[in-house]
Formats: sequence, C-alpha cells, structure tokens
Amino acid sequence: MPPPADHALTEARIAAALWAPRTPEGLGPEPSRDRRFAIYRNNVQHGLSRALAARFPVIERLVGVAFFAAMARVFAASHPPRSPVLLDWGASFAGFLATFPPARSLPYLPDVARLEWLRGLAYHAPDAAPADPAKLGQTDPERLVLRLAPSVQAFAAASPAVSLWRLNQPGAAPEPLRAGPEQALIARNPGLAVLVEPLTAESHSLLCALLQGLPLAEAETDPTPLLALLIRHQLITEIGETP
Amino acid sequence: MSPRLPDAPGLGFKPEHFRQALGAPVAFYEVHAENYMGAGGAPHAMLERLRAAHALSIHGVGLSIGGAAPLDPAHLSRLKALLDRYQPESFSEHLAWSSHGAAWLNDLLPLPYTDQTLATICAHIDQTQEVLGRRMLLENPATYVTFADSTWAEADFLREIARRTGCGLLLDVNNVFVSAVNHRTDPRAYLADFPLALVGEIHLAGHEAETLEDGPLLIDSHSRPVADPVWTLYAEVIARTGPKPTLIEWDNDVPDFETLLAEARRAEALLAGQRDVHAA
Repeated sequence: MPPPADHALTEARIAAALWAPRTPEGLGPEPSRDRRFAIYRNNVQHGLSRALAARFPVIERLVGVAFFAAMARVFAASHPPRSPVLLDWGASFAGFLATFPPARSLPYLPDVARLEWLRGLAYHAPDAAPADPAKLGQTDPERLVLRLAPSVQAFAAASPAVSLWRLNQPGAAPEPLRAGPEQALIARNPGLAVLVEPLTAESHSLLCALLQGLPLAEAETDPTPLLALLIRHQLITEIGETP
Repeated sequence: MSPRLPDAPGLGFKPEHFRQALGAPVAFYEVHAENYMGAGGAPHAMLERLRAAHALSIHGVGLSIGGAAPLDPAHLSRLKALLDRYQPESFSEHLAWSSHGAAWLNDLLPLPYTDQTLATICAHIDQTQEVLGRRMLLENPATYVTFADSTWAEADFLREIARRTGCGLLLDVNNVFVSAVNHRTDPRAYLADFPLALVGEIHLAGHEAETLEDGPLLIDSHSRPVADPVWTLYAEVIARTGPKPTLIEWDNDVPDFETLLAEARRAEALLAGQRDVHAA
C-alpha cells in the first residue's frame, strides 16, 4: 500500500478543484465522485455569492440575480476573502466592478458599490457615546473642534449614486433621476440604523474637513446644515477647543 | 464546575427574530462566532441583550482546525476577545477545514482520517484550548466524499482526538444520518461506536435530497424541518445519554420564529420523556 498523500497536498488539490471543473484525485471509491465533489464546489461558490449579495443588495437589484451570481463567482475566485470574518470582505468590489468588462455599460455601478460598502462600515463601526450638544453653545466658535462618531463616512460620486441607491430601496417611490455628481453622509443613528443623508457639495467638503480634525472656523461655507444633521443624529462624540 | 448549557432545546439565533427571541422560553441560543467580529453596532447590541436573558453557545465556523496549515493567530485572538466578552456556556468548532493559503473558502471541507491529520488536529485543538482558556467541543461533519487514504473510522478518530486533547464532542445527529446515507453505511453502527459520554451538545437540522446513479445523496442544507429518521436517531441517542443540550439549526430559507419554536417543542417532548426515565 502506498504511503498516504501529504495532508497539505490533499488540501491543495481540493482547494484548486473548488474553482475548476475537475474533481480532485485521492477520493474514495464511491460512484458519482464528480457530483459528490460538486456539492462542496457549489457550497463555496454559492455561499460567497450570497455573502456578497447581502453586502451589496442594490448592486444585485440593479444587475439582476443571475448576472450578480455569475459576477460574484468571478470576484470571489479573483478576490477571495482573506479571513473568516466575511463582514470584512468586499472592499475591492467597487474597483472590480470598474474594470469588469460585462459591467461597462453601467458606469455608475462602482459608485453604488462604494456607497453600499460604506454603509456596511457604518453598521459595524465601534460604538461611541454622543457629546452633549449644549456644550456647543459654551465653546468659543473660533476655536471649536469636533470629533465625529466612528460610523460617520463622507461619500461623493460623479454619478447620481445616492439617488440610485434610494430608488432601489424596497418600497421606494419612483422619482426622476438627474445626471451629475451627488454626495452623502453615511452613519449609524442612535437606533443603530444606517442612514444615507444627501449633502450639498459644500457640506460634503466641510464633512471631509471635520473628519480630518480641522477646526470649524476654517470652514469656507455655512456649517449650519451639516451641524444640524450631526446634532439630530447624535453623531458628535467630542466638542473641544483648539489650544 | 464551569457553567454549562442546560439539557434542554436551544435555537440558532437569527437577528430578524430578535424581538421574539429575547423573551421566548428557549433554554439557550447559539450564534456563529464570525458574525459577531465587527467592532460595534446592532449585532453586539442584540447579542448583549440576548446573552443577559439566555444561556449562550458560540459556534465557530472559521478556525479551520482540520487544515494542514497553522491556525491563524489573528482569528484565535478575535475568538478569545469574543468569548471573554460574552462568557458563553459553550464554544464549539468543526472537524473540517476552510482556509487555504491566504484565502478563506467559506465551507466546511472534508479531510482524510490518517495518523498525520490526527496529529495536526490534536495540536490545533491543544493550541485553541490553551489560548481560549477553556475546553471546546468538536463537531462531527456531514460529508459527501471519502478519501482513499483514510485509515481511521470517523467515530474512532473523534474519540482519539478527545482522548488526546481533553476536548468534548458536539454530536450532530443530522450529519450522522446525512453521511451514513451518502456513504451507504449504517448510522446506528456509527452511533454505537460514538463516544456518547463525551457529548456536550447535540445538533439537529434539516437536509435536502437528490438522486445519484447508485442511490440518494443528502445535502446538509439547514433549510428545512428536521427529518423523521433524524428524530428517531435522536430519540435513540438521548435514551442512552439522558437529556442533553439540543440545538435546532436552521440557517437557510429561515422560517418564522413560531416554526422554529415548534421544532424546539418537538425536541423538548423527547427530552422530557428522558428526564423522567433518568430521574427515576
């Protein structure tokens, strides 16, 4: 009897066969080996495809279930998860969509995918207690520095990705879509739901500045609309002053 | 004695059932560890409240204990942090592998049962139990293929792993049935050889069936009610062991909470009969 194949070699054969239509060597004598092994191949490919669809539901809605599943298999084979924590998988999906030839006719897809990825980041971001907004009135406005909740994300796209995302929510009322850039604040509210709030280009620039820790006084636009949004959703975690 | 799961039915926790699950008369809930490895937000908020009201089992699907490569120390650290935070009554993992190279393969993949894989798995379990500072349970797999090189029967392999490492076993009765049908063997012979004294938890789940040229192929889909032959085997197992913590797993095509409760009640009816017998 030949010595048993090395464990690592057996594993490598199986891993390769999960993405190729060839059943690995070394299986037992049972009939229908191809069909039996195909269960594992299907579990891996279908499982990853469903995990990606759960993270990017609007992309699936925009391209259709069958197209999404086929695309997800290509993505999973070329950009597999690097850890068992699947909620960390998919950061490169938007970039993949930008270069995936069959999706070229839908140039807004990468923008929508970026928005959905940021929603996921906001959903899982660390918890942080909000600051008391009364402190805003007690601080010298010229020296005001805000720290925002870890869930706050600034989103901007050259396409109307925010409207497209909203129109593809379950039960969304149809509304006309206008070409052109859009921006949004993405964050988790105190009820732990993720919100996508459209922003003007000016408020988006200000949000980016605040996320970098710049003092509010350096804002070149009226900060009121953005501050109102941040206060309403309790997204300010620290109200401080520059030294 | 360290806390343990109650000898009663539990359910796999589904976030969509949170409100009903929180107050339901369910002895314990089980969650997949990897779904709670984000930093914060709703998953942890729900699990905190659920854990405060119920016993908890944390079930890992990502450690790749049956893999040839060393365990991922980053993943072990994440597990340790999760277990330290929630202090579950039980932690379990699988006799399977799911990582290869840098890629995670998202399925519980099969391995040959040889002296070499036995040594690797035992080293992985020793390391896991040491890092986590607790005894773990190892679950028997549902398999669709066997390996020409296997020299150990699965039940003997599991018994030897438990003997060498001190780990306990998680007996998935549906996996026993699925594997036995798929490999044309007798599930009762398997259970007769299985070291039931080491079982710390039982899993029950539904499967799907298709037909091959030489007979049926069952797929461990967790998408249906527990099948009647699996209930029969379960009744036979607990007649030997007495009542055990028993989890209903239903992870795909998840039904409403009432349907899950009905499955738990069916398990409870069988457990109650054994409580009477074993108390007498």
